[in-house]
Amino acid sequence: MRPFTYERARTPREAAVAARAEGAKFIAGGTNLLDLMKLEIETPTHLVDVNGLALDKIEPTGDGGLRIGALVRNTDLAADPRVRKNYLLLSRALLAGASGQLRNKATTAGNLLQRTRCPYFYDPNQPCNKRQPGSGCSAIGGYTRSLAVVGGSEACIATHSSDMAVAMRALDAKVETVQPDGSERAIPIADFHRLPGDTPHLETALTPGELITSVVLPKPVGGKQVYLKVRDRASYAFALVSVGAIVHSDGTGRVALGGVAPKPWRDEAAEADLPRGAKAVTGRLFAEAQPTDENAFKVQLAERTLGAILTEARANP
Amino acid sequence: MRSSGAFKVTRRDLMVVGAAAIAAGAAPAIALDEPAASATAWPEAVFPTVAFTVNGEPRSLKVDTRTTLLDALREQLHMTGTKKGCDHGQCGACTVMVNGRRINSCLTLAVMHEGDSVTTIEGLGSPESLHPMQAAFIKHDGYQCGYCTPGQICSSVAMLKEVEAGVPSLVTDDLTASPEASLAEFRERMSGNICRCGAYSNIMEAIQEVAGRKA
Repeated sequence: MRPFTYERARTPREAAVAARAEGAKFIAGGTNLLDLMKLEIETPTHLVDVNGLALDKIEPTGDGGLRIGALVRNTDLAADPRVRKNYLLLSRALLAGASGQLRNKATTAGNLLQRTRCPYFYDPNQPCNKRQPGSGCSAIGGYTRSLAVVGGSEACIATHSSDMAVAMRALDAKVETVQPDGSERAIPIADFHRLPGDTPHLETALTPGELITSVVLPKPVGGKQVYLKVRDRASYAFALVSVGAIVHSDGTGRVALGGVAPKPWRDEAAEADLPRGAKAVTGRLFAEAQPTDENAFKVQLAERTLGAILTEARANP
Repeated sequence: MRSSGAFKVTRRDLMVVGAAAIAAGAAPAIALDEPAASATAWPEAVFPTVAFTVNGEPRSLKVDTRTTLLDALREQLHMTGTKKGCDHGQCGACTVMVNGRRINSCLTLAVMHEGDSVTTIEGLGSPESLHPMQAAFIKHDGYQCGYCTPGQICSSVAMLKEVEAGVPSLVTDDLTASPEASLAEFRERMSGNICRCGAYSNIMEAIQEVAGRKA
């Protein structure tokens, strides 16, 4: 690990100011950042510890939703009785990710900001436009089984590996932030993660120093909520394909996919076809897909996974 | 152990200087005329002081900001019960409890634990007075080489508390009800602890005994 200086921020604004400097980064749970720092993929010169900020509460909002503090740990968010009752999809997605130890540390904001698990991003000996802009993409033409089939670019085909973010996308969450100048804004989750284009190293809408303070869920939408994750092991593995779905009794609903794209993959126009079945929906979701020989299976796997959810939802509404 | 101040050459400088200087064994005395070939100015190593309790005993230590809690325990406090396996949060050998919750001590910085209460395998029991989970691992032969065992035991003790507290898991069918203390639940919840020897079935027997169920 490279040397770095360290400070504990006392207020969100102070943290944002401190992290605006070049080379500075926030640290919360640290489970992804420290892993990458040990590999010198992340090389911050200054860490701003935000764990002391009082952003660890889950509170009701005025319009019947929930405001989840940025520092709420994945374990606590998944276990919260309000989340388990009204946002089952979010609990299920969180519990499908990582291990008990990691969920005890990982935070809500950190989960959204986690970096890809593309094996070429993780190997400092290989060119990677995300790790070193302009160096090239080793994944394209490389081993692509785990990588994106849709939403990628000529510069990057990495996937976003969060389960939680898939649920947040289906639930229409908003990401609330504070800037170094003290101004605040709310970013719809759909606009939070960027597609790689020719700048795959820019992964979110956040500006330098901007700190996530909370993630807000709108009022509950009901429906049968399912998160089905398909992976190489029964537990503790990243998704090959995951489907987060909300299915109402009239057959309408919402669908967001994980493991297939550089961000949680949802298309409101595609999910309008839910009453027509899984194939109609995934056909539109993957209309622009550019799979490789190694990852083309993901398109069919997503259709079958959604199909299984719809069959189950019809049998047990 | 690292010492601060006296050593002015950064690791990047050494890497830039390259193998020849290192092969000459002259590292501490290298004088560099040219700056490192990077625009980034790396700060000198920093050694703040952090205080936390380990197994109930207050400890205060000077740590490099880069020191993980795992390395602080093993290298500075010489408590080698906690093991370093992968050092990347994948194997669970380094599992300890911080403020009662199990975490991977390799993926957290020591300096981030000011005021915290750390429990390691040494704090759970002693050879004369074993923790029930330690005794159950011995009885059921829940290990072969033993390297993952401290992490397995710390993880399983904290895991049973999570079940008791009603924390759900991937295999909990009804998320509005309390989770069952079942084999399926224990297996899922222990998936962050890898055993290269494959003692899983015996580990599960030990955990089930402590949880009060017949194996």
